[in-house]
Amino acid sequence: MRAITVVGASLAGLSAARALRSQSYDGRIVVVGDEPHRPYDRPPLSKEFLAGKASVEDLALSTPDDDELDVDWWLGHKAIALDASRRAVRLDSGEELVSDGVVLATGARARTLPGSGLAGVHTLRSLDDALALRAELAEGGPLVVIGAGFIGAEVASTARALGLDVTVVEALPTPLAGPLGPEMGALVAALHTDNGTRLVTGVGVAGFVGAGRVRAVRLADDRELPAATVVVGVGAVPNVDWLAGSGVEVDGGVLTDARCATGVPGIVAVGDCALSYNRFAGSALRLEHWTNAVQQPEIAAATLLGRRADVRSAAPYFWSDQYGVRLQFAGHRRPGDAVEIAEGDPAERSFAAVYRRDGRSVAVLAVNRAKLFGRLRRELAVPEAEVVR
Amino acid sequence: MIPVCAVPDLPVGEAVRVEAEVPIAVFNADGVLYAIDDTCTHQDASLADGWLEGCLVECPLHATCFDLRTGRPTGPPAKRPVRTHEVVVENDYVYVRVSVPADSPVVGHGEVA
Ligand SMILES: Cc1cc2nc3c(=O)[nH]c(=O)nc-3n(C[C@H](O)[C@H](O)[C@H](O)COP(=O)(O)OP(=O)(O)OC[C@H]3O[C@@H](n4cnc5c(N)ncnc54)[C@H](O)[C@@H]3O)c2cc1C
Ligand code: FES
Repeated sequence: MRAITVVGASLAGLSAARALRSQSYDGRIVVVGDEPHRPYDRPPLSKEFLAGKASVEDLALSTPDDDELDVDWWLGHKAIALDASRRAVRLDSGEELVSDGVVLATGARARTLPGSGLAGVHTLRSLDDALALRAELAEGGPLVVIGAGFIGAEVASTARALGLDVTVVEALPTPLAGPLGPEMGALVAALHTDNGTRLVTGVGVAGFVGAGRVRAVRLADDRELPAATVVVGVGAVPNVDWLAGSGVEVDGGVLTDARCATGVPGIVAVGDCALSYNRFAGSALRLEHWTNAVQQPEIAAATLLGRRADVRSAAPYFWSDQYGVRLQFAGHRRPGDAVEIAEGDPAERSFAAVYRRDGRSVAVLAVNRAKLFGRLRRELAVPEAEVVR
Repeated sequence: MIPVCAVPDLPVGEAVRVEAEVPIAVFNADGVLYAIDDTCTHQDASLADGWLEGCLVECPLHATCFDLRTGRPTGPPAKRPVRTHEVVVENDYVYVRVSVPADSPVVGHGEVA
């Protein structure tokens, strides 16, 4: 390997460059990113940064040690096509980068709703999104958040702390039932009402009201919720469109095995764009978690460099901060898993709950119980027989 | 000196957090006591809640490991060291002597490692 191109200059892309160097790769590394910014951290965008408690400098992901990575940054360049057989990445500027290895790390973008083009309607994925939203929240409410997922809930929590009137609308009967299950989803969603955020569940959004600028959100039952600002938090779509026809298999994410290898030699995928075989789930998963975007690149770098990576990595993990409460979740929940409180009291918003399947713990949720969580996550069982493909 | 707890209240593998001007975490790593600033230098997490292994504590939020002897992070995402403090045991009671005033800038811990 003399030259490796990393596409996507965010957490997974930077982590890939670090992992390649720490695994003694000394060839050329080019990192291509379509944003003008050096890699920055996204989780604070809905938390401290949106609250005005963190600055743009605080978001920088690079550490002083990264100066030694010797990376050729191609920022403000978008990859528009890949010729997998030649490992050639074509850029919007017309250049073509041909290398021995390619790391696909293009992440995901916020899903939108029809009518999202109206002024005052926002999504939150990038620094520029966060700057725009922060400026509007400073003008006051009411704010309507569409979608009670983690990002929607965090935006609602931050806006409440800024003193805004906030309503969260969720189409599902129970928020977060997918990742956490209905019981824990309901417990966590109660944080909204505890903190003076209105929560409307089980009703979809029919559209936006307003000419030029949003005035209200119209619900499927014809109710109208007045809104000065709207945040659409209805999930993310992987940035894989540019790979159509490339020879790399894409199925709502770049398909890889547990070692992050695509079907094409010399091409790996990592982070939010990768749909990778996961032994905790026993199937391919696209994880949209910070820690996954740090861990996968280490495996992918080994794969690219022709080493056998240790894929017995930790269980999937994410955290979320809402209304001054820290949630942490590890493992993989499936419908039908039994969940019970292991310690603490949900009424006090401080507890740990363990999810069990066939008597074994397969996932753990902690609410303000970081220490116990650290132990419980290490006790999780791999549900499937250990199949390393 | 800041009083922490009686020696038996800090068994091997455990940690306690004490409220000082800035919170401090005291660890019992295989029988040796160490004190460092409790708040991770990356974001807002209490290192007393972290996972202790040998002389390293892993931050409970994003898993940076800090060396209890030097305060240094072994890798990202944390960039800066935490301050280390002297632990004093007197009459079976644990105390911490805070190393520098909390508001003075941390200039690193020299080449202790
Ligand atoms: C507001 C917010 C809050 C979050 N909070 C948490 C949290 O609390 N806990 C948690 O675990 N996770 C959280 N996450 C998720 C976490 O940030 C992501 O998992 C992580 O950023 C994934 O990193 P990535 O590098 O794979 O993808 P991304 O960060 O999405 O980066 C991909 C990069 O590639 C660029 N790109 C895309 N297409 C192209 C192309 N064709 N050419 C060149 N460049 C391209 C993109 O512009 C982007 O810069 C949060 C995410 C957001 C948005
Ligand atoms: S808060 Fe400690 S590593 Fe992030």
